[in-house]
Amino acid sequence: MPESAQTSVIGKPQPRIDGPFKVSGTAMYASDFHFPDLLYAVPIEATIANGKIQKLDAAAAERMPGVRAIFHRANIGKIFRSVMGKGMEGICIERRPPFEDDVIRYYGQYVALAVADTFELAKAAADAVRVTYSKEKPNVSPDLKAEDDPQVVATTYGPEHRLQSERGNPDAAFASAPVKLDQTYVTPSETHNPIELQGTTAIWDGQMLTLYEESQAIFNMRGVLAQMFGLPKESVRVITKFVGSGFGSKLWPWTHCPLAAAAARKLGKPVKLVLSRRMMFQTAGHRARTQQRMRLGATPAGKLVSLMQDYVYERSMLDDYHENCGEATAFHYSVPNLRVKFGRARRNIGSPSDMRGPGAVPGLYATESAMNELADQLKIDPVQFRVLNEPKIDESLGVPFSSRHLLECLQLGAEKFDWSKRTPEVGSMKRDGLTLGWGMATAAWVAARFAAEANIQLRDDGTTRIACGTQDIGTGTYTILAQLAAEKAGVTLDKVEVALGDTSLPEGPVSGGSMATASVIPAVLAAADDAIKSLLTVATTTPGSPFEKRKNDELAFESGRVFVKANGPASGVPFADLLRRADLRFVTGSGKSNATFGEEKKEKPKFSTHSYGCHFVEVTWQAEIARLRVNRVVSVMDAGRIINPLTGRNQIEGAVVMGIGMALFEHTAYDPQNGAPINSNVADYIMAVNADVPKLEVHFLDYPDKEINPLGARGIGEIGLAGIAAAITAATHHATGVRIRELPITIDKLI
Amino acid sequence: MKLFELSRADDPGQAIAAGAKATTAQQGADIRFIAGGTTLIDLMKLNVETPQKVVDVTHLPFGKIETLADGGLKIGAMVRNSELAYHPVVRKDYAVLSEAILSGASPQLRNMATTAGNLLQRTRCMYFRDTAMPCNKREPGSGCAAITGVNRSLAILGTSEHCIATNPSDMNVALAALEATIHIRGTKDEHSIPISDFHLLPGDTPQRETVLEPGDLIIHVTLPPPAPRSRSLYLKLRDRASYEFALASAAVVVTATGGKITRARVALGGVGTKPWRSPEAEAELTGQTATETVFQKAAEAALRDAKPQSQNRFKVELAKRCLVHALKLVTQTA
Ligand SMILES: Cc1cc2nc3c(=O)[nH]c(=O)nc-3n(C[C@H](O)[C@H](O)[C@H](O)COP(=O)(O)OP(=O)(O)OC[C@H]3O[C@@H](n4cnc5c(N)ncnc54)[C@H](O)[C@@H]3O)c2cc1C
Ligand code: SF4
Repeated sequence: MPESAQTSVIGKPQPRIDGPFKVSGTAMYASDFHFPDLLYAVPIEATIANGKIQKLDAAAAERMPGVRAIFHRANIGKIFRSVMGKGMEGICIERRPPFEDDVIRYYGQYVALAVADTFELAKAAADAVRVTYSKEKPNVSPDLKAEDDPQVVATTYGPEHRLQSERGNPDAAFASAPVKLDQTYVTPSETHNPIELQGTTAIWDGQMLTLYEESQAIFNMRGVLAQMFGLPKESVRVITKFVGSGFGSKLWPWTHCPLAAAAARKLGKPVKLVLSRRMMFQTAGHRARTQQRMRLGATPAGKLVSLMQDYVYERSMLDDYHENCGEATAFHYSVPNLRVKFGRARRNIGSPSDMRGPGAVPGLYATESAMNELADQLKIDPVQFRVLNEPKIDESLGVPFSSRHLLECLQLGAEKFDWSKRTPEVGSMKRDGLTLGWGMATAAWVAARFAAEANIQLRDDGTTRIACGTQDIGTGTYTILAQLAAEKAGVTLDKVEVALGDTSLPEGPVSGGSMATASVIPAVLAAADDAIKSLLTVATTTPGSPFEKRKNDELAFESGRVFVKANGPASGVPFADLLRRADLRFVTGSGKSNATFGEEKKEKPKFSTHSYGCHFVEVTWQAEIARLRVNRVVSVMDAGRIINPLTGRNQIEGAVVMGIGMALFEHTAYDPQNGAPINSNVADYIMAVNADVPKLEVHFLDYPDKEINPLGARGIGEIGLAGIAAAITAATHHATGVRIRELPITIDKLI
Repeated sequence: MKLFELSRADDPGQAIAAGAKATTAQQGADIRFIAGGTTLIDLMKLNVETPQKVVDVTHLPFGKIETLADGGLKIGAMVRNSELAYHPVVRKDYAVLSEAILSGASPQLRNMATTAGNLLQRTRCMYFRDTAMPCNKREPGSGCAAITGVNRSLAILGTSEHCIATNPSDMNVALAALEATIHIRGTKDEHSIPISDFHLLPGDTPQRETVLEPGDLIIHVTLPPPAPRSRSLYLKLRDRASYEFALASAAVVVTATGGKITRARVALGGVGTKPWRSPEAEAELTGQTATETVFQKAAEAALRDAKPQSQNRFKVELAKRCLVHALKLVTQTA
């Protein structure tokens, strides 16, 4: 594709094509679908976090009007376990099928399910189910100590070496380092809190199961549910047209999904199950609490000589979700001696899961905080400290970076922020009676591709249809797909129909890992080329076609027209004309691209592929009333080519808002006695609101990374959240003199 | 939520007669009035309130704000919080009340919430709102999960070993500083009670929060005329910038002439089990010159009896800073 084509819609700010549906309320989210005879299900949540069900008395509930059934272990029917398959299929964090045994391992674990004619009746019935437990003290201790674990441990995504990376002799180098830092950083459990609650509507038609889901990965959902109900994959269909955000919580199926399907199977009617906000805190994943000991050694001139990260994270009693805090540590800085190692601690909590920037976000909070502290200790400007330790290659893999422009990010960010005006002394900067604090940090996030397939039609009315079974989780995937199809077909955006979010479509990528855009690009380009090939055959074989008797390779396709290469594009005939002449509604092409992630890591990659970035933050501090506010953020991102700067900017801004929440407010508080996530609602779980969000400035460097895909686009969904909390804690220290090493920076820590 | 019967009262007598059949007007009430519903419906959904009968009182003729002959103000029980906050007389003469209301909740909630409903809003203690937890207020004698649990947002003043729940209202704090009077019509008579006596301390009966008896209908709230040359202000401190209950707040009404404080009314929010009027602080201020040292002394006096819990020790200092800053702002010559 000619990058410079005048008509190009790639790289231009395009408003979301699905925007009008959303603002007019016509976008159909999963729980908006209604069916005749639909029944409503409400789960009954365990009110202990550790123990056993002694007695479950559903008699009163069963007698209530409109109640169809109370399901529990004895009557739910068989639900099989699932295992990880090839590629991105079969992933499920909480493997234990719901109701499998009577053991309660976390607060809110489902113990029964009420199904009734209306939601209200189902809720009332759920409340009327009496459950008694034998109760033991739950372990939700915030102090994480690594448990005895073998060197290689099983995790949700496969085996992991606890010694993640090692080079040189980090202990000796640290011991002899002239300047040292040894600190532990803590990030709390956080809950995703997408505005749309999770839910499933399950419909059986004989042996065919259809699920309306708000899934970030419909094909994985299909694979897991097929296993759980012992069905061939083809017998399960998952539909996800719109998602009201996921932040990772909707990546993999949670236990409510099979429950809805099992209830629908038993009752022979469609069943809808939508979680409450409280359940979203209990049974639908959260960011694991982490405790990370960072040891850094440097020369007085500011060259790192040793870097050690020893981290521990919480996990649930049965599951093996891995919070990979070491994701970016081993390659981000040049350091000859390094070790990254992790340990785990079981807690009576619902399983942690991926949350926007999993692993790297808490991980970079720790590494970047340590870098900032060490820079202060060395009396070197933190930006300069990064420059001094910029790696030439990925030192953990020994391969070059595909495209890394972190120094340029730092330079541009510092310039836009006016960083050179910073005076390093604590409390030394003032404005309008407020103390200012300036801080910065860098960011990194993996860049890779999942496998993807797509299908394109060029149609006789001059429109095109692009189909790809991926999801739009609010990030703008509808628009990106339309842009790609429009570009290749040479039509305007309004002439593109986009079909996604349905497993009956060609298999699309997971909306996770910030990889959807990067993954669909090669598949869509290949599909379009394939469709064009068919079109040229139509052009040369249709009787009466202006190109009849020409050979395919004499022709070319550009801007929606077919022409003889020798005669130039001006002589072109629109594809719609050719199709009509051939009496064809459309020609179709399909395309496929392989994964660079999630497959067996057989051979060493040729390049180290990541996105990079940095944040510069100003906070204001008013000591008289202990008021800390984020006042200004400048973010610079090196995330490859930006396909849509409008939705792209929106991703970074959204991530920064979430980063303000992470730094200042967010934490899921477990009750020490009964183990409940006690602030399980959006009034008590404090997140940033509009009034907390200052002016956000976002810049993209826009260097294409051709190692990722032909357009050079990497992902941008998560990187904006990496580093921001460390920049805010650094700014807070600069303003107040207080070092916060355990997030969030609440008022009580500043007083 | 449990099944309930909803009816609408067309005159006050009907409402009172309906309400009088309740066994209590406190926690556990089997009959409830409903105004804006922003407290009651939430708690019914959580099964914390389980009335069998709900009587809609929004059509009763208590929806007006009127100036009184003595220069005071009469605020109908059904006046919506937003209307009250934006009323010109309130903005001019009772700024503290307008500011307090506008610092709370959200515009949508304030459009629904009423004067009486706000006076009676319930604590935000997370254990109170979860029926699976022990809570003496919700279920007398079951224990207090907050004292040994997550209590960062709870009270440090007026607590007991049975309950440390905060009265969360902003409006009530302003009304306390303005020395409002609550007017109640009951089965027997119509009576009035100063706001300082309206809410009760938890003691060993935290389920009893006010003096209300079954059938008691709040009909209006009156404010005395604004103290001459007084200035008032509400300052609210919380984690985020908006849409959150107070960690600490201060309502101050001060008359100062020539730098000397002749009259001061002080109430604190976010820290007390009831809207916390502080006569101790007022005594420290009255007759003194408006200086930071004096404000500091007043703040020390207001918090002298504070009893912090495991997670809310910071509130002692925060409330002091809040009060000092509020006094500084209110006495600043424009
Ligand atoms: C998300 C959220 C955030 C909030 N944030 C804040 C905040 O920051 N600050 C703040 O101050 N408040 C806040 N609130 C609380 C809000 O101010 C109260 O819910 C509201 O004032 C209650 O008024 P209402 O009319 O809706 O009461 P209702 O819910 O209708 O009634 C509350 C109680 O008053 C009783 N009642 C009502 N009218 C009468 C009457 N005439 N006589 C006797 N009894 C009566 C009812 O029986 C019920 O028990 C928040 C609420 C929510 C939901
Ligand atoms: S503080 Fe009061 S409301 Fe909260 S749990 Fe204890 S008794 Fe219940």
